[in-house]
Amino acid sequence: MEHKRYFFEKFSITERLLESCLSEALSAGGDYADLYFESVAATSLGLDEQIVKSASQGVSAGCGVRVVSGERTGYAYTDELSPERLHRAAKTAALIASGPAKQTVQGFTETDAPNLYPAPAADLDTDLASKLDLVMRADRAARKYDPRITQVRASYADELRRILIAASDGTYASDTQPLARMSVFVIAKDAERTAKGSSGGGGRVEIGYFTGAKGPEHFAEEAARTAILQLSAVAAPAGEMEVVLGPGWPGVLLHEAVGHGLEADFNRKKTSAFAGLIGRPVASSKVTVVDNGRMPSRRGSLNVDDEGSATQETVLIENGVLKGYLSDKLSARLMGIASTGNGRRESYQQIPMPRMTNTYMLAGEDAPEDIIRSVKRGLYAVNFGGGQVDITSGKFVFSASEAYLIEDGKVTAPVRDATLIGNGPEALKHVSMVGNDLALDEGIGTCGKDGQSVPVGVGMPTVKLDRMTVGGTGR
Amino acid sequence: MSTVVATQTDLQQLAHSIVAKALISGASDAEVTIREGDEFSASVRMGDVETLKESGSRGVGLRVLVEAENGYRVASTSSSDFTADGIEHLVRGAVALAQVTSVDGFAGLPDGSEYGQLHGDLELYHEDVYSLPTEERIAWARRAEAAAMGADTRLVNSDGASFDAATGHRIFANSRGFAGEYRSSYCSVAASPIAQGANGEMQRDYWWSQARAFRNLESPEDVGREAARRTLRMLDARRVPTQRVPVVFSPEVARGIVGSVFDAATGDAIYRGASFFTGKLGEQVAAPSVTVVDDGTIPGGFGTSPFDAEGLPSRRTVIVDKGMLRNYILNTYAGRKLGMKSTGNAGRGLAGNPYVDAGNLFLEAGTHPADEILRGVQTGLYVTRLMGQGVNVVTGDYSRGAAGLWIENGELTHPVQEITIAGNLKEMLRNITAIGSDLVFRGATAAPTIRIDGMTIAGA
Repeated sequence: MEHKRYFFEKFSITERLLESCLSEALSAGGDYADLYFESVAATSLGLDEQIVKSASQGVSAGCGVRVVSGERTGYAYTDELSPERLHRAAKTAALIASGPAKQTVQGFTETDAPNLYPAPAADLDTDLASKLDLVMRADRAARKYDPRITQVRASYADELRRILIAASDGTYASDTQPLARMSVFVIAKDAERTAKGSSGGGGRVEIGYFTGAKGPEHFAEEAARTAILQLSAVAAPAGEMEVVLGPGWPGVLLHEAVGHGLEADFNRKKTSAFAGLIGRPVASSKVTVVDNGRMPSRRGSLNVDDEGSATQETVLIENGVLKGYLSDKLSARLMGIASTGNGRRESYQQIPMPRMTNTYMLAGEDAPEDIIRSVKRGLYAVNFGGGQVDITSGKFVFSASEAYLIEDGKVTAPVRDATLIGNGPEALKHVSMVGNDLALDEGIGTCGKDGQSVPVGVGMPTVKLDRMTVGGTGR
Repeated sequence: MSTVVATQTDLQQLAHSIVAKALISGASDAEVTIREGDEFSASVRMGDVETLKESGSRGVGLRVLVEAENGYRVASTSSSDFTADGIEHLVRGAVALAQVTSVDGFAGLPDGSEYGQLHGDLELYHEDVYSLPTEERIAWARRAEAAAMGADTRLVNSDGASFDAATGHRIFANSRGFAGEYRSSYCSVAASPIAQGANGEMQRDYWWSQARAFRNLESPEDVGREAARRTLRMLDARRVPTQRVPVVFSPEVARGIVGSVFDAATGDAIYRGASFFTGKLGEQVAAPSVTVVDDGTIPGGFGTSPFDAEGLPSRRTVIVDKGMLRNYILNTYAGRKLGMKSTGNAGRGLAGNPYVDAGNLFLEAGTHPADEILRGVQTGLYVTRLMGQGVNVVTGDYSRGAAGLWIENGELTHPVQEITIAGNLKEMLRNITAIGSDLVFRGATAAPTIRIDGMTIAGA
């Protein structure tokens, strides 16, 4: 793991310092302690009204010290990485426990980790000209798509995050994580109406990724197409009906309906609507859902999680039966299960918790056209904005940004934005058809939990739900 | 514990020196923002401490403007590295980055006559937020949870309770001679109990109190009891059929409507034509009873500041006046795009261009007590919780997940969940038929109870 050398060289961190800070952290009797070093360099460029109006770069670095004593967690962080400051943070976090030291620091063993994404040696701020070219191409492509496109905003943002984790249980891991994303936002206008459209994507990739099929023209045309479509959209229907979700990003359904509810912290505390349902049917037998942190170059992927554990593919629901939870170290220990490598945090300033990586439903056997054809009257939703879930009641929403009516087995008029609502432990029981066209999203997802944002991925084949509530205003 | 090492004078000096370095390095103008903060949080669950967190951090941001023939090229950098090398990197990076951006004829710092700041004590900073020893802070969180869970035997679980305190310090200086700094403080106590119904169904809600001064915080017992009341009333919630009925928004969710009015009135949405308020200045956009105000000057307010992120004094701006769209909300850039003056509403992160930000934003109180508004509804929904992001400020389309209580003959009957409410903000604002007298600030945005007619509920 050459990743750790960055911290050794740039901040003069040594293994001896790591050990002494961990000892300090355990000095008041904690059961477990870890250090999380993070250094982030980020660049963003923004084009608006055909000119590049913004360019910014930022760097930040810091270390978070965590001490666990029973179910208690003490946490402190510092943005100065001097031995004195690190020891002070360790001393502060240590006070979660009260008593003499009882644990010693184990010898470090490096986590065996894959190489799922490129790890550039230098910071990413080298090739500004190519990044500028991307946003300018996006602007041209969106305007060229249709003269009714009146406004285009395009942005490119990337970051390089370096982490080093050392824990009193001997966990020792480091990683260099690139993350890049293009976004395009457009306004379309005709004599009567104005509409918006947006698109974007990326992943744990370098800039070369955007010279391929998922380049600026692709995102610009998608944004423009959606906005133009919305100019002629009719009111979305209101009420319970058959709903067909298209492949890819509509997988946000899974993220909200089941993913959050299966995070181990909520189940350990029995605050999730899914608590106690392991081994029980929570979906139709056609449904298998996994969370997979080990997909090459994906936005939600990680070589190691933010606790230094190896990531993995975890089956959440298999043929409709609830199989497992997504866990970090704390919940794993308290529940007597293994960590699934889902301990994540937004930055060194935050305590890690169980989070999703890339969450998707496996493909079924139905042809997408047959699925559409089977619907007499319903909604075909192919793109969504965000979603939200109430873990405890299980109620979740997600908002369609591109959807159509289905009438007598045919996709007809586009409809205006509408929110769909359902109940997590019940919604997937109404899945009656699963397409053979599994797709992952294009790399735009950011998930929020307890004020912490982390990049995630979702995916799904075309899926039919026999009933779901659509929140439009029409009939 | 505090990681603040420099005194405030040192940080102002640092800001000035970064401005000077930027000018020497080739910037025509420069703006420097420095932020530092400390935070403490204690959370308990089921009576036991769950987390204790205590730390501080700081960051510096630089924005440079390089003059060109017809405007400026701008760029910005930010860093958490306050060493000489770090600052050098910050300055060189920003100036180099400005070479790649386009010349923008509307960019540029505010005119000299516009700078200024409010004087006198705005009551933003109270040292007493840190006055409690750690054990007492934990006790506050415990008391809030105990009061919640002790309210009823159906409260069987808890998502925890917390006590938080934080202080912040913001310094801003630019190359036109503006320099200012202020401190702010915050503390809060919150509880989130879980109730279980006869059929095993669970409901969770929460309540909180926040204040700039510890002495102004509501008691943990009051917070806990209110959290319990809100949670219990949702037990045995059911769905209702799809229909069109009046919807009464409780103050907590009515705030969201006020936020959407603000979003639609922000200058950058207006000049892009990306708002349903575009071109509507001076027109009736809401019921005559509706007045929406943004006021960054209210002493002690959570949206109060002596100056905005460009060094202009905070002020009071009426957005909607008796239903008429009176003002857009602007920073300098959006103002120039629209041929108007900034309303002193610039906000910014450490890096990036200034955006448009709210101060204390509110819908003026009406004359009806909230219970009178409920009594006036024959059949309808009292909505207390909204979910999702289904608000489109370009078109005004509004569709969100909702939960609350059903109204029959003016009385609250049973709880309702797993439904949506939908409409279009253009019509919703005109269809505000009652505004409550219960305006209370529990944050920077506030609204009283409001009734909106003609919305569609989608349910079973």
